[in-house]
Amino acid sequence: MAEHASLSDAVAELVRDGDSVALEGFTHLIPFAAGHEVMRQGRRELELIRMTPDILYDQMIGVGVARKLVFSYAGNPGVGSLHRVRDAVEHGWPRPIEIEEHSHAGMANRYAAGAARLPFAVMRGYTGTDLVAHTRVRPIACPFTGEQLVAVPALAPDVAIVHAQEADRDGNVQLWGIPGVQKEAVLAADRSLVTVERVVERLELRPGGVVIPSWVIDYVAEAPGGSSPSYSLGVTERDNDFYRFWDKLSRDREAFTEWMEANVLGVGASA
Amino acid sequence: MSATTPEHATSAEVQTVVAARRLKDARSVFIGVGRPSTAAILARMVHNPKLVLVYESGTIGAKPYHVPLSIGDGELAETADAIVSVPEMFNYWIGPGRIQVAFLGAAQIDRHANLNSTVIGDYDHPKTRLPGAGGAPEIATGCKEVVVIAPHSIRTFVKRLDFVTTTGNRTTHVITDLGVLEPRDGELTLTQVHPGVTAEQVAEATGWELAMADELRVTDPPTDEELSALRELAAR
Repeated sequence: MAEHASLSDAVAELVRDGDSVALEGFTHLIPFAAGHEVMRQGRRELELIRMTPDILYDQMIGVGVARKLVFSYAGNPGVGSLHRVRDAVEHGWPRPIEIEEHSHAGMANRYAAGAARLPFAVMRGYTGTDLVAHTRVRPIACPFTGEQLVAVPALAPDVAIVHAQEADRDGNVQLWGIPGVQKEAVLAADRSLVTVERVVERLELRPGGVVIPSWVIDYVAEAPGGSSPSYSLGVTERDNDFYRFWDKLSRDREAFTEWMEANVLGVGASA
Repeated sequence: MSATTPEHATSAEVQTVVAARRLKDARSVFIGVGRPSTAAILARMVHNPKLVLVYESGTIGAKPYHVPLSIGDGELAETADAIVSVPEMFNYWIGPGRIQVAFLGAAQIDRHANLNSTVIGDYDHPKTRLPGAGGAPEIATGCKEVVVIAPHSIRTFVKRLDFVTTTGNRTTHVITDLGVLEPRDGELTLTQVHPGVTAEQVAEATGWELAMADELRVTDPPTDEELSALRELAAR
């Protein structure tokens, strides 16, 4: 059963130095508040996993919490580059970072295999690309037809952290809108935290809503506005201006560092 | 077509209008953000109101009124016929070929329409680290027909890619701000130039010796309807 806890207590309990950590949310429901708390608690040597690193991992990599990044699209959606990720990969600032990259289909299948507790996933893809030489993908023949396919290894993060609109008193969670790979990430991980916009007496099931039962989650923490500048459909709106602002601010190491100190590292947890 | 004022259309507008025309008879199109998204929304406005827009965020049949900044903007989710998870999007919809046309962009393209969106320079010591593959490799092998939308310059149209992110086997058209290229015997060939553009200009903006079709078509200039719809959309 999921335990309700404060964000700072939940992060302190779940995330340890050196862990592989997946903070998921595909453009929508990105768990910014939880990621900020991980940074404030000074975690180090993390393997950060996310299909689309987005501004959140730009921040985390920029302050140096990660030794490795596993991803499939490291851009600022619709705006351009993630300048802190680029600086780490191109110049090793503030520290060198190892990368492991896949396609979206590869990452999605890796999470699904992890959720199923299978060792790998089978798919069509990667063929003819240079990704094959640079990432963990292997050819595999269909045992029934002989068709050439590829296998990608399952993802099994130590910790998954996702954000949702609601949880009930028992810690059952519901999210709606773009569901990304959040359910897969929680089920693939060893430990999990879900931050929510609000805690309600009873979940009202929504069309297209994804329910994650309390008993597969370790902690639920209330974090209103916890996905901003991403958004929680029906509760908050995506702050597109912030994504544009970040493109300018994050180009400069010093401006980035000052902004992080003033707005993230030097302030208290929101919940 | 109605009276036209091509001199008033920018090259970017012509490119978007030509991309939208490709979707006149399409049932469904897979799109990323930027110009492809603008073109697909324009196609729904002026050519094909039933066109199904699919974004990799999982929104199927989105009907955005505004051009979205990201592929996961709230408006896409609120107007979609269905919203699916990322594994479902790739395994049930894109992989089996259920989406007819895909619009892709890239930082580099070669004469076989292979694309690079991963890195400029050496992989381990990159000059410029680009965002990476995203959905492109499997979109380009899953969708029936791939249309590449790219700015025409020798930086983009290169002899040799620094990295093959996506293969060009299914590419049917490359629509640039100068003209249209189509594969002929496996090699991209200039088949169409936009109004006021010469074949020499296109050749100069291409990093390899560009093959030319025997009969080069000239793009029909944007109609008043196309241009006013596009400008109205951009102003929303």
